[in-house]
Order: sequence, then C-alpha cells, then structure tokens
Amino acid sequence: MIHTHHYDALVVGAGGAGMMAAIYLSRNPDLKTACISKLYPTRSHTGAAQGGIGAALANLEEDHPEWHAFDTVKGSDYLGDQDAIETMCTEAVDVIVELEHMGLPFSRTPDGKIAQRPFGGHTHHFGEGPVRRSCYAADRTGHMILQTLYQNCIKNGVDFYDEFQVVDVMVEGGVCRGVVAWHVHTGDLHVFHAKATLFATGGFGRVWSITSNAHANTGDGPAIALRAGIPLEDMEFYQFHPTGIYRLGILITEGVRGEGGILRNDHGERFMERYAPTMKDLASRDVVARAISQEIKEGRGINGKKYVYLDATHLGADVIENKLPDIADFCRTYLGIDPVKEPMPIQPTAHYAMGGIPTDIDTQVILDAHGTVLTGMYAAGEVACVSVHGANRLGTNSLLDLVVFGRRAGLAMERFCRTAEMPGIPADPTARTEARFGALLATESGGEPAARLREEMQDVMQDNVGIFRTAAGMQHALDKVRELKARFAKVQVMDRGKRFNTDLLEAWELGNLLDLAEVTTVCALNRTESRGAHMRDDFDKRNDVEWLKHSLAHVEDGGPIRIDYKPVSITRFQPKERVY
Amino acid sequence: MSMVTLRIQRFNPEADAAPVYREYTVEVDPTDRVLDTLNAVKWYQDGTLTYRRSCAHGVCGSDAMRINGVNRLACKVLMRDVGAQVTVEPLMGFRVIKDLVVDMEPFFAQFRSVLPFFINDARPPERERLQSVEDRERFDDTTKCILCAACTTSCPSFWANEDFVGPAAIVNAHRFIFDTRDAAAAERLEILNDREGVWRCRTIFNCTEACPREIKITKAIGEVKKAILYGTARA
Ligand SMILES: Cc1cc2nc3c(=O)[nH]c(=O)nc-3n(C[C@H](O)[C@H](O)[C@H](O)COP(=O)(O)OP(=O)(O)OC[C@H]3O[C@@H](n4cnc5c(N)ncnc54)[C@H](O)[C@@H]3O)c2cc1C
Ligand code: FES
Repeated sequence: MIHTHHYDALVVGAGGAGMMAAIYLSRNPDLKTACISKLYPTRSHTGAAQGGIGAALANLEEDHPEWHAFDTVKGSDYLGDQDAIETMCTEAVDVIVELEHMGLPFSRTPDGKIAQRPFGGHTHHFGEGPVRRSCYAADRTGHMILQTLYQNCIKNGVDFYDEFQVVDVMVEGGVCRGVVAWHVHTGDLHVFHAKATLFATGGFGRVWSITSNAHANTGDGPAIALRAGIPLEDMEFYQFHPTGIYRLGILITEGVRGEGGILRNDHGERFMERYAPTMKDLASRDVVARAISQEIKEGRGINGKKYVYLDATHLGADVIENKLPDIADFCRTYLGIDPVKEPMPIQPTAHYAMGGIPTDIDTQVILDAHGTVLTGMYAAGEVACVSVHGANRLGTNSLLDLVVFGRRAGLAMERFCRTAEMPGIPADPTARTEARFGALLATESGGEPAARLREEMQDVMQDNVGIFRTAAGMQHALDKVRELKARFAKVQVMDRGKRFNTDLLEAWELGNLLDLAEVTTVCALNRTESRGAHMRDDFDKRNDVEWLKHSLAHVEDGGPIRIDYKPVSITRFQPKERVY
Repeated sequence: MSMVTLRIQRFNPEADAAPVYREYTVEVDPTDRVLDTLNAVKWYQDGTLTYRRSCAHGVCGSDAMRINGVNRLACKVLMRDVGAQVTVEPLMGFRVIKDLVVDMEPFFAQFRSVLPFFINDARPPERERLQSVEDRERFDDTTKCILCAACTTSCPSFWANEDFVGPAAIVNAHRFIFDTRDAAAAERLEILNDREGVWRCRTIFNCTEACPREIKITKAIGEVKKAILYGTARA
C-alpha cells in the first residue's frame, strides 16, 4: 500500500539539526512542514553529546569569535572553508543565547551566566593557551539541546512522522521533489511530496567496530544521496575521538580533560607533554588520538594492551559528581570502576564524519565543483559538509554546527517555499525502492546473515581505515569491502513480515554502510598526503601545493566512484604548520 | 564465556493468536549488556525477534523492557547481574506492537498534556536570562529524563487506570514548574491537580526504583503535590 502526502517543506531527521530547522519552518503558519524520523526524536544521537557547545560568550574570560574562528581553521588543518567558519563562529553567540531563551537549562557561573569550560583546541589569542569557551549543561549538553528543541517543536505544533524511515529521495531534472519513506510499524511505503527537503540524518560511525555512535547511525542520508547522483565531499576525513571506553567505544567526553583530567601510559607518564607542549591533553583530537595510538604501538599501552589511562582521580569527588555525573555512571555501570578513585581505561573510538553532502552556506545541496545547486534540496548537521570542520573537527563545534546551520536551513527553506512552485512527482516514485527491498528479500534461505557481513566490514575498516593508514592496508580494506558488497547480494533476511520488520531494515542499513565504507576508502587511497584525521605512512606530510582542496566523490548510475575537487575558501588565515 | 538461557515473550499480532515464551541459548561474557545478548539472538539465531534500540549506553531511552520482572534498559544491565536464566518481556500497560516493542503514542500523549515546554512571553534580555546556581540546581534532577517510560509502566496506579498522567509526565512538568525562568507553573499545577493528575500517586516508589537515570521521582511528585497545596512552586 502506498500513501502520498503533500507538504511545503520536509525535514528528514529529528536530531539537533533537523529540529532546529523544523522550529524555524514552523514559525511561518502558512507553510506545511513535516519532520520525518526513523527514531522517536528524543532517541536521536544528539542526545548522547556530553561535553558542550562552543561560543565565544566571554562569560568567564576574554574571548572573541575571531579567536574561535582561528582555532576552528587551525583545527581543520586549513581544509575548512573560512567563510562558513566565520559565519558559524559569529552566529554562535547569538544562537546560544537563543537556546537559553528557548529554555535550555545550561549550567551556570556564580553570577548566573551560562557556564563555560576549556575544550581541546580552543585557545585565546590565536593559540596561546586554553580558553573557557564550551557552554555546557553538566555532561549532558546534547541531551538538553535535544530535549529543548523537541519541547519547542511540540509547542509550535510541528507535524512529526515518528518511526518512518526515509529510503529514497526523489530527484529529477535537477530538482528535488521529496522522499520515499518506509513506515516501520506497518511496512507501508509513503511518498512525501514537497517543494523543499532537508536531510539532517546524522552520522555513520557504525562503519567501524569501536565507535561512540548509536546502532542507528548507519549513514542512510549520504548513501541515499550518493545513489541519487549527489556527490559526497571529503569522505576520507573521519574523526576518531581520543577517549572511548576500552572495547566498548562509549564516549568519555573531552570535558574530563577540560576539567583537568590527564592521559597516562603504562609508565604513568603524562605523554601528551611530549606531543603537544603547550596544549598537552587539550591539543586537537587528531593529535591526541594519534599520540595514544603511537603509545600503544610502541608498547606503552597499559600492560602492553590496546589502551591507556585517562586519570581524573585528582579532580576530587565534587567535580566528578557535579560536572561529570554521567561519565561517572558509565564507568560504574560498564567498567565497574569509580573514576573518583581509579583511572579510566580508554582507546580512540570512531566518532564523527567531517565529510558528507556538500552544501553552501545556506545549506543548499551542491552538485559539483562549480557550486551548481540542486533546487529544493538542503542538508545540515553531521550529514552535511559545509565545510566548517575540514580535515578535523574541534570538540563543541558539531553541536554548534547543528544549531547554526539548522537555523540557516529553516530560514532558507522558508524563503524558498514562499515563492517556489510545487514540482511534479516523478512517474512511479517507489519503483527503485521496491526493487531494492525486493532484492533484499530475494534470498529465501541459506544466505548469509547481515550481522556477519557487518562485523567483517567493521573489523577491516577499524584495522585499516582508522587512525594510521597505509596504502597496502587501505587497498586490502577496499578489496574486502567489495567482496562484502558482492556477498551482500545473498544476504539472508529471516523476518518475512511487514510489521516492524527491523531485520529487513537492518539489512537495508548495512547496504548503506557498505557503500560509505567503499567511498571512504577510495577517497582515502586517493588523497596522497596526511592532513587532520587522515594520516598515512607513505605520505606523512601535509601537501598544500597539491592537496589544499576538497574532494567530491560521485557515483553515476551505479558506475565506479569518480573523484573531482572543489577549492577551499581561504579568507583571513593563511595555512601554517600546526603546532599545539 | 558462559551459556545463558533467555526466555523471551514473543508476540506478533499479525501472525499469533496470543503471546508465547520462546527460549534461546546464547554464549555471553559477564560484562555483555542484555542488549548485546538480544542482538546475538536477533543477528545469528532468529531475525524475527523485535525490539527497539539505538545508543546502547543508557541515554536515548529506546530499550526499556522487563528483565526478570523489573523495568530496565537492556543496554544498562550487564549479564553478570541477571543470572543464567533471564526472562525478558515488554513493558506493561501499553499495547504490544510486536515482541518487545510497545505502542508509545499514549505515553507521549501524556507527556504533551502537561505543557512540557518553556513558557515565558516577557521580552527576553539581549543576552541570556540570569539564573543562580542554586535556582538551576532546584530542577536539575528532573532534567535528566530520557522518556523511556520505565517509571510510568512500573506504576500500579497507572496499571489500574491508564488515564493517570503517570510519573514521567509529572517529572517533565516538575522540570518547568521549578525553573525560575518559566512563567506557567500555575497552569501546569492546575493540570496536575486534575482527577488524573498527581493525586493518583500513592507513593509506592516503583517509579523511583525503575528510573535508569536515578531521578528521585517520588520526591519530585511530592514537591509538585506540595506546590499545589500551597498554591505556588516558589515557596
Ligand atoms: C557520544 C557522543 C558525544 C558527543 N559530544 C559532543 C559534544 O560534546 N559537543 C559537540 O559539539 N558534538 C558532540 N558530538 C557530536 C554531535 O553530537 C553529533 O555530531 C550531532 O549530534 C549529530 O546531530 P545531527 O542532528 O546531525 O544527527 P542526529 O542527532 O544523529 O540525528 C539524526 C536524525 O536522523 C534520523 N534519521 C537517520 N536516518 C534516517 C532515515 N533513513 N529516515 C528518517 N530519519 C532518519 C534519526 O532518527 C535522527 O532523528 C558527540 C557525538 C557523540 C556520538
Ligand atoms: S539503547 Fe539507548 S537507552 Fe538503551
């Protein structure tokens, strides 16, 4: 059964980026807006964000948006687009105040202002030392943002379609015409026809085996986009967060180091002093994650194992219980240790996609190096690449990206919808979806479980397309991913019913992960330099002469991946060597 | 590694006349989460087993269910704490859609009924509104709610009367009633003074025990009751 809905604007994804856009759209009562999400909005992974959201409020010490912009550019290893970064850091102050006005319960300074703490890579006077810039609500900042935005959506009467999984986007003749969604409860297909469509579907950390990302973070958005002929930008840059809980990957916020926590190796040494003399444990994430991996590689992991310690025992029970209560809870629940008394065993964990769907500063999706716009389609949040994070994102800048560019998306879509005509619906809009799902169900028995294919993919990506990369390793991963894609043709879906068939949907999601693993690896092999999160042993230096450019990966009609390039916007800050 | 038996209540209204229990034997690590064990069943033994999950570390609220008879998040309970025979059932009080998935719509309707959003129509200052550390602390506990429904579905008053607004909605009302920046406490108190409001609470404490975020729910409900009696939250 196929249902059809008509809207002015669609928001796909109800995390921070999607709901911020939905709030802005809902302020125009003449527009019909729907927010479609495969999870209940409050289950979105924005709720897992802990440490904080960056803005130069200067509530505790001198700070300026220009300093924030410089840190972001430097953190990006000069690959971030400086016009977009300046916009983000300037609008940051105002958007944080707006969140407070919406009711967000930030932690407070003694004089009642929004509290702020230091975070990796955030400095005063263009790199002189750490600055308190991260606005926080204990260690559940993302939770408070997600709740506050959801509450405001309810207040504004946003039309939610919860547990509807978008499975295709309708693009024809250079115009986006809406999406096709699978209603999880019934298994029915719904065509959502609209003038403007926003993708805000979040990240894809589930490509790797050790990750801070939710099971739901399967990169549906970028995979759907790629299949619809939209390129993906800078996919070789994937961030590993330095401190995930050993073996589980659950995140321990950088806020722990912001509050004074220290990394130590097997000798008890504070090794970051050797790698980053000024910023030490608060250097940017790529630098710290590499240092940890280096220590482990050289045998200085704890007891020779693949982890080091994050030591917060000197901070005292007060700081831990009041400023980091969730972290304490995670350690007690999953490790059976008390961070007040014992150090935490940590290893880097796959965390954040710097790359994604290319957009301009108003979140409009662009199709090529010339900035050709795909009419009616927008992207914001982790799924998008504006690019404010370049080759490496600073902590607190993703939540900021969500609300700044979520807001810009809402505003831009509202302007567009006021004058745009409703485009036509393509003939047979669900044909491609039905074919794809039909293929997933083609194997009646004797096929391979999706989980096995997924685990093999995650292991090979973790070992070869992680923090340290070699040409041979990446080639091996690419061969393996292609083998898995071939085997995926015979995936076994056991649940043959319509109702709440998560077996089928997980198999469909695996198809997305495999596509993204392949693109990531192809782009990583292609970029013969080291920059930010992309570090390879055979080209171990940044090469601005040849590689100060964004890559765009295209797939045309199921053909091979083709890569071309887009220039980086450089306004104020000329590329320099990065030292922390 | 050791072997455990999971006894899971299965029900697909599309195909089954009534719920049945099915048993699965799984090899587990003592530090595996119950969610990992459910995944092991779904991924390698029986793909039709259905439940919700996302974050896998107790922050998204997807996977509240009854584990050995008590409401827990499957991702926040370790196998070493549940024994070798584990019974897993859906939350009580909501219609089962399939297996461990229940219909959450009535729960969110309860939530929406208490004006769970910030209300203050006065023109805000240029910068943030100021709030003292103490005033912020006043409602800190109830900001932790992840809307998992473990509390509401553990409440005998809710089982007896599904029109009762339930502890989760009261927690979310409390979060605003005691926020000094908010201006609609009186309206919320009036809503909760209704027949189906706070007075249905018999102080049984099941909700507090069930809360995976360790919110002191019964205490919060008590504070709301008191505010209704005194006619103000600002006493
Ligand atoms: C553990 C953790 C801690 C973090 N801490 C911080 C921090 O302190 N500061 C910071 O700045 N950043 C932090 N980050 C990063 C940041 O939280 C994320 O990048 C950000 O929240 C992503 O938000 P989003 O709105 O883009 O996507 P999400 O919040 O992931 O939301 C995605 C939405 O899309 C929906 N969706 C996905 N696929 C589909 C589909 N096919 N159909 C329909 N809907 C779909 C989902 O249901 C969901 O509603 C952290 C990340 C993690 C994992
Ligand atoms: S899966 Fe998110 S709370 Fe358990």
